[in-house]
Amino acid sequence: MTTRLFGERIPRREDDRLLTGRGRFVADFEPSAAHAAFVRSDMAHARIVGVETDEASAVDGVLGVFTYADLTGDLAERLPVLVPSDALIAPRTQHALAKEEVCYAGEVVAMVVARDRYVAEDAAAMVNVLYEPLPAAVDLVEAASPDGEGPTRPVAHLDMRDNIAGRVSEEAGDVDAAFAAAPHVFEWTFDMSRSASMPLETRGVVARHDAVEDRLLIHDATQAPTGVRFGLAMLFGMDPDRVHVVAPDVGGGFGVKVIQFYPEEVLVPWAARRLGVPVKWIEDRREHFLGSNQERRQVHHIRVAADGDGRILAVEDRFVHDTGAYCSYGLILPIITAAQLPGPYRIPSYRYELRSIFTNTVPTSPYRGAGRPHAAFVMERVIEKVAAALGLPSLEVRRRNLVPKDAFPYDVGVTFQDGGATVYDSGDYQGGLAALCSKLDLEATQAEIAAARADGRRVGLGFGGYVEGTGIGPYEGAAVSIQPDGFVSVATAHGSQGQAHETVFAQIAGDELGVPPERVRVVTGDTRRLAFGVGTYASRTAVVAGNAVLMASREVRRQAAALAARLLEVAPEDVVFEDGAVRVAGAPDRSIPLGRLAMASNPTRYAFGRDAEEGARLSQRAYAGGDRPLPEGSKPGLAATEYYSPASGVFGFGFHAAVVEVDPETGGVAILRYVVHHDSGRIINPMVVEGQILGGVAQGISGALYERIVYGEEGQMLNPSFMDFLMVTAAEMPRVEQIETETPSPNNPLGVKGVGEAGTIPVNAAIANAVSDALGGVDVDRMPLGPEDVLALMRPLIEA
Amino acid sequence: MAEQRVELTVNGAPRAAEAEPRMTLADFLRERLGLTGTHLGCEHGVCGACTVLMDARSVRSCLLFAVQADGHEITTVEGLVSHGPDGAEVLDPLQAAFHEEHALQCGFCTPGFLLAARELLASDPDPTEASVRDGLSGNLCRCTGYQNIVDAVLLAASRRREP
Repeated sequence: MTTRLFGERIPRREDDRLLTGRGRFVADFEPSAAHAAFVRSDMAHARIVGVETDEASAVDGVLGVFTYADLTGDLAERLPVLVPSDALIAPRTQHALAKEEVCYAGEVVAMVVARDRYVAEDAAAMVNVLYEPLPAAVDLVEAASPDGEGPTRPVAHLDMRDNIAGRVSEEAGDVDAAFAAAPHVFEWTFDMSRSASMPLETRGVVARHDAVEDRLLIHDATQAPTGVRFGLAMLFGMDPDRVHVVAPDVGGGFGVKVIQFYPEEVLVPWAARRLGVPVKWIEDRREHFLGSNQERRQVHHIRVAADGDGRILAVEDRFVHDTGAYCSYGLILPIITAAQLPGPYRIPSYRYELRSIFTNTVPTSPYRGAGRPHAAFVMERVIEKVAAALGLPSLEVRRRNLVPKDAFPYDVGVTFQDGGATVYDSGDYQGGLAALCSKLDLEATQAEIAAARADGRRVGLGFGGYVEGTGIGPYEGAAVSIQPDGFVSVATAHGSQGQAHETVFAQIAGDELGVPPERVRVVTGDTRRLAFGVGTYASRTAVVAGNAVLMASREVRRQAAALAARLLEVAPEDVVFEDGAVRVAGAPDRSIPLGRLAMASNPTRYAFGRDAEEGARLSQRAYAGGDRPLPEGSKPGLAATEYYSPASGVFGFGFHAAVVEVDPETGGVAILRYVVHHDSGRIINPMVVEGQILGGVAQGISGALYERIVYGEEGQMLNPSFMDFLMVTAAEMPRVEQIETETPSPNNPLGVKGVGEAGTIPVNAAIANAVSDALGGVDVDRMPLGPEDVLALMRPLIEA
Repeated sequence: MAEQRVELTVNGAPRAAEAEPRMTLADFLRERLGLTGTHLGCEHGVCGACTVLMDARSVRSCLLFAVQADGHEITTVEGLVSHGPDGAEVLDPLQAAFHEEHALQCGFCTPGFLLAARELLASDPDPTEASVRDGLSGNLCRCTGYQNIVDAVLLAASRRREP
């Protein structure tokens, strides 16, 4: 009897190689390849007057030094906008190598390719770029404001009059009427700093061009190999079937690796083709700070209308989003923020106006949470402030505003990131908040906090809730087959960065085809196996690819059942898939192992293998009596490729609670307890889901208390190293307590929702509210909360 | 730059190769000896991904030159597995505990954690949760939130005490 795998804590299939040093990360390929090193702008904004390369070119071991002048055709154009939109007023992306103007410190100006990395970096240091400095737009708020008469100064791009990349506004309900009639109107400002994904593995690309076959093989630490493949084929004018991109083991992504195309991603394969040698580039950490995308800075001006019971009647949010120097990811981030701002709360009238603003800083694109941590921070601070202003308990204000259980599907009234309506498919927000309070043991916790305060300690409790739109389209695919050795093969096109895809896909396929997970081989992120796919981002893989694996497995099951039924002389409905074989239900001795069935499906001669003769015999029988070896309508093999394209996203949700203690001497914040409720629909593997939550919460805590990218006035990043950009370590992380509920999605066959980003989203909100509570309700309206920020919050308390 | 011969013991076996004096131990292990299990996360000595043991003490292989390791004993992640009487690979108790506790996701930082944890348990076979957290605070992980890593180290420690 085969046990159902779905929902079980199946140990990870990918661990063995990763624990023993046999993982294959991009840096591990092509040990003898030539190396590229990049010359990056050290000015935030400047005109390039000249690039002197002679000295670098003369270094022994240098194979080539390239500047913009070497780029031709499409390669000389700006890199593509990944997510175009009519609302994008200035769809500005960078050139692969800077043309005449550099717009951030870190922008790639020249590429050196040499025998090895040491020589390449020596030579890169000898390239002399002559700049004419230009004023830099650095701070978001200043860049967004017109400076009196005439155009904004400074501008991030010389040829623009202001810094507006794009602008979107929407309204649901009648906001003005709601404000006019509201008993209480509030107005607040919230500010979140810049941060970054910071995966432990930096980016990297290795390319090998076979000139005989004009075939390009690229290993790329990307979250989206399929897009890289088609894009490069078009760019280089190559037959796409001769361009292959593999995302091997990838050492974390969290969003930063989803952009296509980073300049290096284009230039390294180009150089491999041009120089006729394999070329490799592994980003160093400083380059990662200066040349890989970041996120998070937004400033919100929000007006809130409420009644005397704390019910929110209307919200108007005007906010600016820092897109950095370029906007290859379009307006997706601020649109997510706008769509997800209401979160779990019913807001009858809602209007937003967002502006995405260019600054002379590293471009921005998603970092785990992708615009949602901002939204949750703003909305949850609003709840606290409304409660405080009206003298109500904030938990009660939350409960009064939650979307009720009977309101699903619930339409927020504004457009989601995928262009469709923001419609929550299912949920039980009251139940989720209650589960959290029960896990927290609310009354006991409040009593402990009161006791600690009586001892003079500054302890506080804070909550944060979220709704996360996950599992968006357009589609993902899966190729599933039964192999002659009895293994099931599953291939998806998008890559994996630690999310246990090899395990959860094996669970889904294993259930359908009656095989244990160790007899399912899963390959992800290899365009040689599956060409069509989109990418690993937006908490979408379990939903979109997971359902594709289900559909393809079902089709293979149908084929296998039909064939087995013919061979066993029963009806297809009478066979069952168990223990790696197809059996006649109720007659366990009448069965065919899957491997032999795969042989039977393919009328050829398997010369090897212990089942070869039996397979050939079965194959003759399988098609006996047909008009030809493969009768019309039949195909060799037991294999199917299916695509799942969701009509809309599916919405997970949850609530977090933090108990913190503030050290009044140092401003340090210690997290005494951190409790999480999450609901991501049906759970494929609880161990994996809990792991995603744990990691997400850690990134959230890291963002709330430690992470901050700091720029100086001239547009120089002041902390581009792990010495100065801080992230949470094991020493600061609290033990995270979790409770989950499962509200299935009605929108997909598996009933699942995404969970990859969930853990991160409400952490800023919960920590901000907890610190505010610990400090007697002070306004915590800026994140993160480093010690200096906490001390600043405490100053008025001490002076009072 | 002239290359020098570096002779050292890696995972119990004598190894030798040429290296420029400026070549880091990490690059030497990865490129000269083909031991790509040692990963480079920051190359400035903070993240701990490149941690290896030199004479049983943890070092950041990105901050040492290969020539400094000449004559020393190095242990990398590849050296953690042993072989049973039938020749089959046997995971170190730490590796097994990492698997059971889901203490790795992308796996990039994992080799550094395993080696840091091995040193930790060698010096403190009966650590508390707090001492494990402190002992591993020199290694960064962006995927796991550390909790399962801490639990795995505690599990491995408990098994070593009660085999």
